[in-house]
Amino acid sequence: MTKLLRVDDLKIHFRIPGEGLFRPRHKTLRAVDGISFDLDAGETLGIVGESGCGKSTLARGILGLVPVTGGSIWLAGEELAHLSARELRKRRQHMQIVFQDPLASLDPRMTVSEIIAEPLQVFEPNLGKKERKHKVQGIMERVGLLPNQINRYPHEFSGGQCQRIGIARALVLKPKLLICDEPVSALDVSIQAQIINLLMDIQEDMQLSMLFIAHDLSVVKQISHRVMVMYLGKMVEATTRDDLYRDPRHPYTRALIDAIPIPDPAIERNKKFEPLQGDLPSPLDPPSGCSFRTRCPMAADSCAAEAPAQREVSEGHWVSCHFA
Amino acid sequence: MNQTLAASTEIKGRSLWQDAWQRLLRNKAALTAVVVLATISLLVVAAPWLSPYEFDEIDWDLISTAPSLENGHIFGTDSVGRDLFVRTLHGGRMSLMVGIIATLVSLVIGITWGATAGYIGGRVDNIMMRIVDILYAMPFMFFVILLMVFFGRNIYLIFIAIGAINWLDMARIVRGQTLTLKNKEFVEAAMACGVSTPRIILRHIVPNLLGIVVVYVTLTIPQVILVESFLSFLGLGVQEPNTSWGALVNEGAQDMESAPWALLFPAGFLAATLFCFNFIGDGLRDALDPKDR
Amino acid sequence: MPWIPKTADMPIPLLEVNNLRTSFHTNDGEVYAVNDLSFSVEKGETLGVVGESGSGKSQLVLSIINLLASNGQLQGSIRFQGQELVGMKPKEINRIRGNRIGMIFQDPMTCLNGYLTIARQMTEVLMHHQGLDYASAKKHSIEMLDAVHIPDAKNRIDRYPHEFSGGMRQRVMIAMALLCQPDLLIADEPSTALDVTVQAQIIQLMNELQQEFGMSIIMITHDLGVIAGISDNVMVMYGGRICEQAPVFELFDNPRHPYTLGLLRSVPRLDTAGSVKLHSIPGNPPNLLQLPPGCAFVDRCQKGIPVCDQRQPRLREISPEHRVACHLEELP
Ligand SMILES: Nc1ncnc2c1ncn2[C@@H]1O[C@H](COP(=O)(O)OP(=O)(O)OP(=O)(O)O)[C@@H](O)[C@H]1O
Ligand SMILES: Nc1ncnc2c1ncn2[C@@H]1O[C@H](COP(=O)(O)OP(=O)(O)OP(=O)(O)O)[C@@H](O)[C@H]1O
Ligand code: SF4
Ligand code: SF4
Ligand SMILES: [Mg+2]
Ligand SMILES: [Mg+2]
Repeated sequence: MTKLLRVDDLKIHFRIPGEGLFRPRHKTLRAVDGISFDLDAGETLGIVGESGCGKSTLARGILGLVPVTGGSIWLAGEELAHLSARELRKRRQHMQIVFQDPLASLDPRMTVSEIIAEPLQVFEPNLGKKERKHKVQGIMERVGLLPNQINRYPHEFSGGQCQRIGIARALVLKPKLLICDEPVSALDVSIQAQIINLLMDIQEDMQLSMLFIAHDLSVVKQISHRVMVMYLGKMVEATTRDDLYRDPRHPYTRALIDAIPIPDPAIERNKKFEPLQGDLPSPLDPPSGCSFRTRCPMAADSCAAEAPAQREVSEGHWVSCHFA
Repeated sequence: MNQTLAASTEIKGRSLWQDAWQRLLRNKAALTAVVVLATISLLVVAAPWLSPYEFDEIDWDLISTAPSLENGHIFGTDSVGRDLFVRTLHGGRMSLMVGIIATLVSLVIGITWGATAGYIGGRVDNIMMRIVDILYAMPFMFFVILLMVFFGRNIYLIFIAIGAINWLDMARIVRGQTLTLKNKEFVEAAMACGVSTPRIILRHIVPNLLGIVVVYVTLTIPQVILVESFLSFLGLGVQEPNTSWGALVNEGAQDMESAPWALLFPAGFLAATLFCFNFIGDGLRDALDPKDR
Repeated sequence: MPWIPKTADMPIPLLEVNNLRTSFHTNDGEVYAVNDLSFSVEKGETLGVVGESGSGKSQLVLSIINLLASNGQLQGSIRFQGQELVGMKPKEINRIRGNRIGMIFQDPMTCLNGYLTIARQMTEVLMHHQGLDYASAKKHSIEMLDAVHIPDAKNRIDRYPHEFSGGMRQRVMIAMALLCQPDLLIADEPSTALDVTVQAQIIQLMNELQQEFGMSIIMITHDLGVIAGISDNVMVMYGGRICEQAPVFELFDNPRHPYTLGLLRSVPRLDTAGSVKLHSIPGNPPNLLQLPPGCAFVDRCQKGIPVCDQRQPRLREISPEHRVACHLEELP
């Protein structure tokens, strides 16, 4: 299969204005620091990590919504960095995004049909009014919205329905790549399942490639073919879904898996594990060497001295840890 | 079947504006204010047809007479024998016109300045907002008075001068709002869909700014009317025989004891108008506040 | 995690809520956020409350501690240690709140004042409720911070809340809630905003503290995993009412209400192999302004029978301590 998306050593750094009145020192926040992965057509890659580890920034970087500091992004064999702004805008119809906050991602002053039709107006301006409406209603039906709600406003819908509107907008151009930035985190459990099922169906139907971002490993497990775990802007482990859950190699991945409460009192009450201690270090000054070492139960002297390289421990299973 | 049924019964949505309007209609104070203000505006516009007298017509026989129905001067006359009813309405025209035009001036400058600074951000924003800060520090009343003294009392100058004071607040408010809007996910979503910058500003930023601008306008108009009154009080407002509520109040105050009606009627109209605008502004703010949803 | 089995029934429960109804007066009509709720919490028991967003969980606990918004109204009875709280004078309620009943919320900053040091805020509580002097209040506060595992508590107590990380602030809030050793701790989604690794720390901490201090806990969450790990009894809410209540093992092994059943099957789980397709409950949560005359779940229920549209199902005990509100349970 051809690789639809390839991200190579991507770096996205932010300059944070320093404090102090005289000679303020700028700090660099390495939100994404050397991430590489690729994505086949029709494949779903789950990206997991705790708040602030750079998941959203990675998504924005791929879409060209934040400037990229280093590395390269290839979409269908074409490097995006070399494209002019106009050319890049054209590529946008192949990459779409679904956001975390369902209501905030819809313009409150537009009707559902205006919202969903907006990408059509940009990329298919010659489309007749009738055809456009037809397309909008078609996609609304596909994502499980009643087409007669076409003239309603976002605030008249529930969270789950708003998320469906967001998905419809992302799909109306039939993109090749769909990036979902925590699309279910803000939803109720019973609605989460609806949206996950919808995304899985659509992905199969349209042969979409999907980047599915979440902070919850159980959600990612449901939907992904492969999973990448991030910590402080770096990849710590990446492998196929089953491999990751059967044989997690990185101490952080193991801690994440252990920390997820299982909805079964018989298991949950007998679970023996030591939760990770401490909090995420500030991304402004990450620890030297391995950035996980301040919380790692296995940390040794070498971890402070040297950052672990990414190693392939078995086929397609990458880990960055000295002792994996 | 679903499709045909659905297409035939398209549900109409209720926009945020309609929602806000419904809420405003339920607000008794605001609704009363709208009615009162509408009445005042109608009176003011229809002034020439409502009274047999001209606003600068002097009746030498009736100087400083009290209100009376018999001689047709229902608000009485002033110290040079002009009909106060007509003059109050005529003054209202001037005050409201100053209020509206000056607010429009401040609106245009303020929105352009604020939205540009907010949307572009970075260094441009920094420079533009520092300019606003500097202008804030200027003693504007003093500046207006100087203008008047140099160029004479020109009514247009008043509009412009007052507008020039008020756009600063507007610019700050609009900039703040633009900054928040710019970081909203729906704007990011539009960018991700390839929508161009001018279109984003027109389709997403401006419509979402309107709510706060409308509220601010209803609160700025009375403010401007007050500033004009203050200038008139200082004797720097409109020129005789033209008049405004501020000028009338000033004249009336001079012989308040002998002819209180010359103060009370214009002052009453002025106060009522100011109250109305403030009530409407508050009502709009509540109605447009999405937290209440 | 060890689990203390429920002791024999006490004569009076710690908290007894009867026919509680909380309504809000809004422009669009009366909103019944909590509707005809009755339950009790025994000493040392942990009651887990789950439910959809907007099902009235937060309003329920705000009603108990009488912190409703100004347009809210309370009916029914809330007895805490035999004392009626509904209609009590604000001054007396204040004495109970923060002293006998501790609270923790999702956002620590609703409890902590950003402009005062932690020491100041904690000692104030102790000095006010227990009449301690500053020195012993501070000593006690430091002990409490130690108990919630704040490293270097002695020095950190003089810091401001914003100098703490999110998880740490949550710990400080827990420490504050436990300062006067309350008999009841109410936790409204204490871990929802936290990362999973920090959530695990907080849940473990709460379990540990309960063993140490023996208080009762009302734990609100929408994470069934958290419920499974911490509660003795579980109450499932939907549309402002209880739809099912049972001891935790019973609820997970033998869920009876269609909503509970659907909820349990719609959670993605780590412990199942591969990806089975999730069961999902169709439809959307009800609008509290337009609740149907019958069962609130009827639009989404796949087992509905005609009577569901017409009549509210009664909450019935189907086996000891297991209560369900569903017409199916009343069928012969
Ligand atoms: N425009 C920006 N300027 C400066 N710093 C930023 C910017 N955007 C993000 N960051 C920082 O980059 C880091 C990564 O942020 P990001 O939003 O990608 O995290 P995330 O993994 O998506 O977290 P969450 O789970 O909370 O959404 C954070 O520390 C954040 O503060
Ligand atoms: N002051 C108020 N006025 C009117 N309605 C209110 C008010 N406060 C809460 N409500 C309504 O009461 C209902 C129950 O709210 P509540 O906060 O208890 O939900 P919840 O179960 O805690 O949800 P979540 O999981 O989102 O926290 C909601 O529908 C809400 O809109
Ligand atoms: S490199 Fe060292 S600190 Fe980092 S994860 Fe491996 S053992 Fe832990
Ligand atoms: S009462 Fe009827 S609608 Fe409600 S849960 Fe039971 S079967 Fe479903
Ligand atoms: Mg994010
Ligand atoms: Mg709540």
